[in-house]
Amino acid sequence: MKYIKFLIVGFVFGIVLTKSEAVSWYRIYEMFQFQSFHMYGIISVAIATGVIGIQLIKKNQLKAIDGTPIVIKDKEKGSARYWIGGIFFGLGWGLVGSCPGPIFILLGAGILPVVVVLLGALLGTVLYGIIKDRLPH
Amino acid sequence: MNAFFETWPWYISGFIIGMIMLCLTYFGKHFGMSSNLESLCSMSGLGKKVAYFDFDWKANKWNLMVVLGAMLGGFVAVHFMSDPSNVSINPKTIAQLAALGIDAPHGKLAPDVLFGNQIFTSPKSIFILLIGGILIGFGTRYAGGCTSGHAISGLSNLQLPSLKAVIGFFIGGLIMVHFVLPLIF
Repeated sequence: MKYIKFLIVGFVFGIVLTKSEAVSWYRIYEMFQFQSFHMYGIISVAIATGVIGIQLIKKNQLKAIDGTPIVIKDKEKGSARYWIGGIFFGLGWGLVGSCPGPIFILLGAGILPVVVVLLGALLGTVLYGIIKDRLPH
Repeated sequence: MNAFFETWPWYISGFIIGMIMLCLTYFGKHFGMSSNLESLCSMSGLGKKVAYFDFDWKANKWNLMVVLGAMLGGFVAVHFMSDPSNVSINPKTIAQLAALGIDAPHGKLAPDVLFGNQIFTSPKSIFILLIGGILIGFGTRYAGGCTSGHAISGLSNLQLPSLKAVIGFFIGGLIMVHFVLPLIF
């Protein structure tokens, strides 16, 4: 039962991403063509909501649901991994129009060919796991 | 009730996505989808061969539950909350796509040319989807996060590394859409 709240959050996430069409290949293409504000609006409002919320959590030192203090880890410092990894991901995002969340959402929606994308994503993950130590980070 | 079936406006969708991230933070977790790819690899027993996957994936079960919920959400949204008016993208975009031979949305989330079931008999299409997936999997693990982990969670916490990653996402996406896609189609 302790997992039910995560299932519900995921359910809402799947619905919002589908109904906002952030899972749509077309919307991603349109975004990269700068032909619509829609995706930029979604991302900006999500970040604005997040910035305000995180600031409130930090200022008021809010506790998590289980009563422990909320700890938000900083990202590791660095540059190469963020730039290079980011560009690799962006190339894939622009090509198949889905990031990891939408891959699962579209699969749930019954768009079967996304299985190939998921398989690729798992292969890419394995590839990174194997050559990680030889890459600049 | 119609608004429920039409495309949800960006200001409502963006707000809910932000709240989802905050919700997971309140649950003592974090918002990030791509780490599930790692968990799935670890779950398959790959940790015995590759040290990177040698971790306790059960500690990330909660995130796999988020994924399961998201899949159910996708199913419900597409099958019970859709409308032919959906995915009404810019007519200019549709004209551009037509010039590349890519079909218009007509309410669909993805073009048949890439995501129709006929692709299973086309080695070229399978290759495109596989390469796209590999770039996504490799890139998100290398960068340590994807749209949810860096763009939403990271930028919400004003993290400079996340800004670098997100700019990288856009550089990659722009190169793909403007220079590579026209060569493929």
